[in-house]
Amino acid sequence: MSRLGALGARLYRGEVGYDFVGKRKIWYGISILITITAIVGLAVRGLNMGIEFKGGAVFTTPKTSVSADAAKRTAEDASGHTAIVQKLGGGKLRVQVSELTTQKSRTTQQALAKKLDVSPNKINTDIVGPSWGDEIANKAWTGLGIFMVLVVIYLAIAFEWRMALAALIALVHDLTITVGVYALVGFEVTPGTVIGLLTILGYSLYDTVVVFDGLKESSKDLTKQTRWTYSEIANRSLNSTLVRSINTTVVALLPVAGLLFIGGGFLGAGMLNDISLALFVGLTAGAYSSIFIATPLVAEFKERDPQMKALAKRVHARRAAQAAKADSTDPADHEADAPEGEGPEDTPPAGVVGPRRQPATRGRGGRGRTQGKRR
Amino acid sequence: MAAPKKGRRSPGGQGRPGRVLAFILLVMVALTGGMFAYGHFTPRLGIDLAGGTSFTLEAKNEPGKPNAITKTNMNTAVGILERRVNGLGVSEAEVQTQGKNHIIVNIPKGTNAEQARQQVGTTAQLMFRPVLAAAPAGTMPQPQPTPSASGGSGKDKKGGKSSPSATPSAKPSGSATPGGQGRAVTDALKAPQAPKPTPTPSAPSQDLQKRFAALDCSTKQSRSNAAKAADAAKPTDQVVACDKDGKEKLLLGPVAVDGKDVTGAKAVLDTQQAAGWMVTLKFNGKGSKTFGNVTGKLASQPDPQNRFAIVLDGESVSAPSVRQAIDGGSAQITGNFDQSSANDLANVLAYGSLPLSFDIVDESTVSAALGGEQLHAGLLAGAIGLALVVVYLVAYYRGLALVALASLACSAILTYTLMVLLGPAIGFALNLPAVCGAIVAIGITADSFIVYFERIRDEIREGRTLRPAVERGWPRARRTILVSDFVSFLAAAVLFVVTVGKVQGFAFTLGLTTLLDVVVVFLFTKPLMTILARRKFFASGHPWSGLDPKRLGARPPLRSSRRRPSASTDPKEA
Repeated sequence: MSRLGALGARLYRGEVGYDFVGKRKIWYGISILITITAIVGLAVRGLNMGIEFKGGAVFTTPKTSVSADAAKRTAEDASGHTAIVQKLGGGKLRVQVSELTTQKSRTTQQALAKKLDVSPNKINTDIVGPSWGDEIANKAWTGLGIFMVLVVIYLAIAFEWRMALAALIALVHDLTITVGVYALVGFEVTPGTVIGLLTILGYSLYDTVVVFDGLKESSKDLTKQTRWTYSEIANRSLNSTLVRSINTTVVALLPVAGLLFIGGGFLGAGMLNDISLALFVGLTAGAYSSIFIATPLVAEFKERDPQMKALAKRVHARRAAQAAKADSTDPADHEADAPEGEGPEDTPPAGVVGPRRQPATRGRGGRGRTQGKRR
Repeated sequence: MAAPKKGRRSPGGQGRPGRVLAFILLVMVALTGGMFAYGHFTPRLGIDLAGGTSFTLEAKNEPGKPNAITKTNMNTAVGILERRVNGLGVSEAEVQTQGKNHIIVNIPKGTNAEQARQQVGTTAQLMFRPVLAAAPAGTMPQPQPTPSASGGSGKDKKGGKSSPSATPSAKPSGSATPGGQGRAVTDALKAPQAPKPTPTPSAPSQDLQKRFAALDCSTKQSRSNAAKAADAAKPTDQVVACDKDGKEKLLLGPVAVDGKDVTGAKAVLDTQQAAGWMVTLKFNGKGSKTFGNVTGKLASQPDPQNRFAIVLDGESVSAPSVRQAIDGGSAQITGNFDQSSANDLANVLAYGSLPLSFDIVDESTVSAALGGEQLHAGLLAGAIGLALVVVYLVAYYRGLALVALASLACSAILTYTLMVLLGPAIGFALNLPAVCGAIVAIGITADSFIVYFERIRDEIREGRTLRPAVERGWPRARRTILVSDFVSFLAAAVLFVVTVGKVQGFAFTLGLTTLLDVVVVFLFTKPLMTILARRKFFASGHPWSGLDPKRLGARPPLRSSRRRPSASTDPKEA
């Protein structure tokens, strides 16, 4: 673990790091590919909507010796619709019949109870009229819409509109991927799934917000120096908070994994399983997108800002000058050893950068100073 | 941010943590005490965990009456359903509106689902039947047709259930007759002489007389049975019925007016004549004609045959006496009403005219066994998730993990006690999605510790010692935690407001735990950290403290920069 801690320190100081922003095209490409696959999957295969949305009934029987086939036949005879029968743990059966009217559902329940020779009360029943499913789905969509609008407004106020926009894109990205996975794998979509999906909203943004917060802090007073462009700062900030992002994601995923394990392995099917599955897929996508998509997007938007454009120009001009000056020394070194060029024009920005509570170039600045001092 | 404010010397900040900690501990003790005071030690469980049946009803407009789905109508319907479901002998059944046009009925385990469905699924039957004979509840055959429950005897009971009198109000101005005074205590002993015309029936049959004598209205169960029998009877039959409070039993004639002919009813306070609260009702054309006829006939009868019973679902809600024919389609019922009893009666009457019908759109029955199993699975999943988080935190943060664990424990205690207390307070019931929400919240809560810990470690990497690192890391961590918790809370709040059913339960827990997360981080984790930072184990960066500067790869101490006062950075630093 200490090795991890040391890695964290090196990441923090920018000694190691991955160029998330520079290599963004690759990750955009990957994301676009995944998203397109998801959309195609959605278009071609569609979602496997659970009975909660189509109307129908699910019966869970107590432990029984009646075979799944027999139960299936009974349910189909009684209902006149195709039944899906699953074996659950402990000899229980889960019989699902879709597109049933409530009336028919009851007769089916009674038929099953008779077949199994138990009282109808012992059979767990879930009967849903189609209109109720629509209601749930509609409300969920409304909620999604309202939440997105509110969150964009909030982020635009707390941060700025570019970040809000990037966060929104990342969010849509996460949702699309999650829904796509459901379409492709054919998992059933139930209210549990919807709950999971809606939670992803909050959580994926939580992640993004943590990263953005670091970014906002480190890009303060950015224009007062000429060492780094916005993209570089964004990348550094991303790297220095990487450990934090990884830790928060892992810790968020662990309980969900516990749910998934229990829900899937122990109960077989049901609400726990549905929620955790959606969460698991969504959280993973969320962690990925806040690092690989959201921040590079912000950097890209920012670089279009005239101020930042000007800054980038200044930085490049300065670097070119330095390169020309220090032609004899290793030119590739300038990235890591930028402070070397403590030329005359470097002094004013250093003054700004200096105070350690100015996180913008905190790591760098500190390092630069110490190195400078050592000389 | 206010980062520099605290700096490294913050005597205030160091004096307070103890007090803050004491405060939150006090809150925990108080909440636990609250649990003892209420006598509840476990949260109320939802149907899916405790077993039982849950129905969701959807209101539909009756044909030709659009826009009938209003809050008032829905509340009336809820009131009616509550009466019916609780008539089954279950007292814990709950009925509540959900969203704009749904009603949820939860019936705990031990109730026959089939029976419950019938109760919930059938439409309410409101009818007016003339009274043929009345007697106090109880099986004892009473030769006398009752003390006629006039104003006097009614007073000592709750207002309104005495037999109020219905007085005509042909003109809208309301020629209301003051209830008590106008009603002559009629000669109760007069034999039931039956005027022939159809609606008023001939004397009750022998058989019915016997049933009337045998009818027992004293227990809930027997009342419920009687109501069922009466409800099942044909409108043209004579029936026996109980008064809804079990004070009186009645022998009733065939239905005179159908409740559907009522177009409206409301409780009003009669200010002009000081007659107190009364209920006014209006009939449609057909209703007003028959009502006029019937009341005309009843008015000439002696008590109790001058009364008519308002029967809802086979139970007499009220049985006022009539003093004169009521024409013109509107009537007033006066008597010893108080505001709530007048409202109750008006609601019942209005239900007959409620232009709504209900469909069962969702029904789920969970056996107690499966409920218990799901609860188990949920708890197990939570335990596993928690264990994984603990292992990870300990492995990564070592000594610091203690802080995280203590904070998680604090959060758990707060969440649990609040859930228990919210049961009786606002009817919160823990269901499976809510359990999921709580489990997911473990992650969210732990995340805020991580944000803070990483901040502290960053500060240490900068070369600070622990105490300043704890203070300087806080304002930044605080902001991050607030912003991200706000987003999380926003999601929960929107979900709670917009969605229905299970999603709502989930959103509630998520929102609650997010709020508690903020409380815990501010009032527990931070002060605890401040206190621990003074401990040698942490302050000296013991290898197992998780704050070892060497392992964290801290820069050499800051002092090095001091050596060169010329460095432009230092003035601000100091």
